[in-house]
Amino acid sequence: MAISKVVSSAEEALQGVESGMTLMLGGFGLCGIPENCIEELVRIGVKDLTCISNNAGVDDFGLGKLLQKRQIIKMISSYVGENEEFERQMLSGELEVDLIPQGSLAERCRAGGAGVPAFFTPAGYGTEVAEGKEVRIFDGKPHILESALISDFAFVKAWKGDSAGNLVFKATARNFNPMMAMAGMITVAEVEELVPLGELDPNTIHTPGIFVQRIFVGEKYEKRIEQRTVRHA
Amino acid sequence: MLDKNGIAKRIAQEVRNGWYVNLGIGIPTLVANHIPESIDVEFQSENGILGMGPFPVDGEEDSDLINAGKQTITAMPGAVYFDSATSFAMIRGRHVQLTVLGAMEVSTSGDIANWKIPGKMVKGMGGAMDLVASADNIIVAMMHTNRAGASKLLPACSLPLTGVGCVKRVVTNLAVLDIKDGAFHLVERAPGVSVEEIVQSTAGDLVVPDEVPKMSI
Repeated sequence: MAISKVVSSAEEALQGVESGMTLMLGGFGLCGIPENCIEELVRIGVKDLTCISNNAGVDDFGLGKLLQKRQIIKMISSYVGENEEFERQMLSGELEVDLIPQGSLAERCRAGGAGVPAFFTPAGYGTEVAEGKEVRIFDGKPHILESALISDFAFVKAWKGDSAGNLVFKATARNFNPMMAMAGMITVAEVEELVPLGELDPNTIHTPGIFVQRIFVGEKYEKRIEQRTVRHA
Repeated sequence: MLDKNGIAKRIAQEVRNGWYVNLGIGIPTLVANHIPESIDVEFQSENGILGMGPFPVDGEEDSDLINAGKQTITAMPGAVYFDSATSFAMIRGRHVQLTVLGAMEVSTSGDIANWKIPGKMVKGMGGAMDLVASADNIIVAMMHTNRAGASKLLPACSLPLTGVGCVKRVVTNLAVLDIKDGAFHLVERAPGVSVEEIVQSTAGDLVVPDEVPKMSI
């Protein structure tokens, strides 16, 4: 029988989360973010968090909610352009921010989960991202050494999951979620739908359950759209 | 002089049959509207889709399906979704044939700056540093001058760099320019724009050939 990872609620899923921890949160913009885990982080009020997430939400949604409550002291992200409160806290020095190229962020999470301590990439060579990093030439081209990232907790959001923790994501809501699931010492997956064991086709599972320690069904999903754009039919 | 759609239309002429293309936010996104029916191209968006289609019709928006600019999109038949590590494997691994992106400044050595104005604006580089560091074929789409009227084509970038020595072609509202041997080379001028006007608006060294053809768009 498969090992069951199911917990009953966000509250139970976040047992053990403490102030000062490093957290990973999946999502790109507001797409595929662990909304229910973020709500619970706001509710329990843990502080001095280091959050690794591609973006920082918008002022009143996603990680923006944690920023409003000053629960985050450091962000590791690639793009934070849609959040005025974030920009204010960063420019005033209240919030420490480590901006890193998106592909390097993804690969650093993947490496952390895959037991690869560091890797060389050409991204950021010759820019301020490269400051203090080892440079090595491969095939005549300079590369910089980037280290792996891991976290105390990783919070990911999937479309469907089963009790074994196997996950399937929908469309572009997959983004950073699979790598972050790999890189969390404890990975919490919130899903829209928890299906019976055996229902997910093993050929099409995106994240194997071995990377997930706790899984629960999110109570509600707003799934806000950041830039609603339509064409005229 | 070209408007933003004109710049996109000119860049669309650079796209070849069978290419995978990554379009950045802003003017580059408009390039997709001008690809001729006769060629097959797939658009990659670094947040995790290959085979991106047009914006959805009203009522068909899906919050789980967006592009790198966080806009709602659709997927073409044959499209595929993937995670961010796989997406940047496509980019870093040079499986994408053309990258089009915007810039605040470009230099005669092919440097590009487009992610930060110290003390004023810090949005982050997103995927731009990965894209410019690995793409063989990068076209910058931008206005020739900034809002204050100052040239964006410089001897050296003044803003923090996104990448070094990577830009080979720039398409602006005034001209098409190539970057080689430490200078801009005027390739074409936009309709209604004189060579003199381009010279005036270009701060970096500019090589002007005897004949400067007008863009055909």
